[in-house]
Amino acid sequence: MPILWLRIATILYAVGLLYALLLLTKRGEWLSKIAVPAVGLGMVFHFVSLTELTISESYVELLTIRHAESAMALLIGCVFMFLFVRYRVTSPGIFVFPLMFFLTFASEIAQRPPATNSPMVRSWLIPVHVALLLIGYAALFLSFISSLLYILQARSLKSKTPASLFSRLPALEVVDQVGYKALLFGFPFMTFGLIAGSVVAQAKIGAFYFLDPKVLLSILMWGVYMVLLYTRWSSGWRGRRAAYLATFAFAAAVCAWAANAISTVHRFINP
Amino acid sequence: MNFFVIGVNHKTAPVEVRERFAIPEAKLPDALRELTSIPGVEEGMIVSTCNRVEIIARATNGKCDLREFVRKYYGLEPNDFQKYLFEHREKAAVHHLFRVASSLDSMVVGEPQILGQVKEAYAVARAVGAVQSQLDALLTRAFAVAKKVRSETAVASSSVSVASVAVDLAKKIFGDLDGKAVYLVGAGKMCELAARHLLAHGAGKIYVANRTFERAVALARKFNGEAVPFEKLYETVEKADIIISSTGAPHAIFRKEHGEHFLKVRKNRPMFFIDIAVPRDIDPKLNDLDGIFVYDIDDLQQVVSSHIGDRKREAERAEELVAEEVERFESKLQTLNVVPTIVSLQEHLETVRQAEIDRLRGRLGELSPEQEMAVEALTKGIINKIMHTPITTLKTAAREQEATTVVDLVRKLFNLRAEQKAEQKSAAKEDAVGAVVGEESHRRNTSEG
Repeated sequence: MPILWLRIATILYAVGLLYALLLLTKRGEWLSKIAVPAVGLGMVFHFVSLTELTISESYVELLTIRHAESAMALLIGCVFMFLFVRYRVTSPGIFVFPLMFFLTFASEIAQRPPATNSPMVRSWLIPVHVALLLIGYAALFLSFISSLLYILQARSLKSKTPASLFSRLPALEVVDQVGYKALLFGFPFMTFGLIAGSVVAQAKIGAFYFLDPKVLLSILMWGVYMVLLYTRWSSGWRGRRAAYLATFAFAAAVCAWAANAISTVHRFINP
Repeated sequence: MNFFVIGVNHKTAPVEVRERFAIPEAKLPDALRELTSIPGVEEGMIVSTCNRVEIIARATNGKCDLREFVRKYYGLEPNDFQKYLFEHREKAAVHHLFRVASSLDSMVVGEPQILGQVKEAYAVARAVGAVQSQLDALLTRAFAVAKKVRSETAVASSSVSVASVAVDLAKKIFGDLDGKAVYLVGAGKMCELAARHLLAHGAGKIYVANRTFERAVALARKFNGEAVPFEKLYETVEKADIIISSTGAPHAIFRKEHGEHFLKVRKNRPMFFIDIAVPRDIDPKLNDLDGIFVYDIDDLQQVVSSHIGDRKREAERAEELVAEEVERFESKLQTLNVVPTIVSLQEHLETVRQAEIDRLRGRLGELSPEQEMAVEALTKGIINKIMHTPITTLKTAAREQEATTVVDLVRKLFNLRAEQKAEQKSAAKEDAVGAVVGEESHRRNTSEG
């Protein structure tokens, strides 16, 4: 069953994807009314799918990359929906919808990995670590999208020939607020998520765990994240400079995410 | 169709002439009574705004002289005003009215006020009873067409004045303008106008700086704002989010280094500079800074003209839409023309039926209530069956060229007399208009009167 629900969710996310693609060709207007509800409905199916999965196969399943990907898509959707309700902006959907689709799709077609037998996953801190970090990643991604939108809108305003594609973009201050709020929201999750991971690693592996590439990348990402927040708070950095930092933080996050392959700390499957 | 329009508007007459034709709202009921007293005029309505005076009428027999109204009401000889007056009749009059209501005939195409003005004129005319049946249907349709034009084309969706474009841009930067501070540098008319627009859209505090401090104080008082001595300009400007500059200074007042300073003090919160001075008050290089947006008068004008271009394109689509609607309305009205014939046909057959029942009553003897009902049902059923085809034929023919031939034929076949026609016409009209032209107008007719 969870697979069926996930398939339905993927199909509904595809509506969002289509909307995003059509918007680029300036023809998506007619889809705008159904795209957000479709994705919202997709998220409900998605949630059901993940819940069933967790109940039937324990949280350990969530640790595998395929389900983490799918959970990530759901969380990004949640942050998007929250901002949509609060600010009535749909334009982040141009980036968010395709990402949600591809993450879910990838998780759906992925091979079922062999069962894990690492003693580490038995700690209760591990699901906390994963959940907190996933939320942190989702917030960081939204903030990154917002800075891209900020640049697009600022550029359209500076060009003085407000292009029709961007006439749907929300106001500069609104995107700015969205980005900043997402950043503020995500920071505690990111921080406590990393701390939770460290506590487990410290106990099981010892003090050298932080030399692991994934851990190093995560710390780097966290550092950039903090710089991003600090510059925004102290001197109100936004626009281009904030976008560079956000891109950097995001790139670090993606690398950290993908670093499982070279990480020993995060290898739960003994050969 | 029997509709007539005469009038002056911004295209045909200068304001001096339009003034002479304008009718203040208080005098409108009298003017309407005068209008409906003109021979041949059955219904009438007058739209009088600063850009136009439209005298609309429907004639009983397709003939009426609205020039007579000009003569009687204004005491003017229409021939003296020949070159300023426009006149439309029949289909052209309908077309004209649809265009006016849809704001396609306005000075600024797509401006929203005209529809409201026509609606007010309609309300006044209805109140005095000058608008009743067909004119009512025409106006109801005109409002529907206007709504359709507004929703199906983008003819009214973009701003076409410098001040409203400035407001749109400010909204693109700040979202809503609630509580945003506006700084006026120079106390000119243009500054005042733009500030008024921004205030109307929610902007909060107003600061005014001017070389002559007294003028700054005077303007600030108008907006309940704060006057700032010109020497303190650079220390105070960063308090504002929107700066409108229109001084007569020969060179730039705000340069890039000022902008850098403002951004630092404001922690990079964006600023919007509107430069309506010539020569310009604001160095265009300021626009290179992240978070500062500078629009000069040419930039604003460029947006305005691109919007005007958009509106023109949309107006073409709207014109097509209006033309279609005129055709549709015409064909509906034509159906109306056969209604009197249908009514007299029904009346005629009903008389025959009653007469036959009365004639046979003696032979039938005493009937029980059930039998009475059965006879009624039987005879009515026969009549309805017989009438079905002629009525459908009439209704179909109404939309074709041959309408008059068919009407004449039916009249001859059933021996419907001409007097009957005239009598029943007015009685039938009220219902027929509702039934044929639009349910909506009918419902209003019945509910209000």
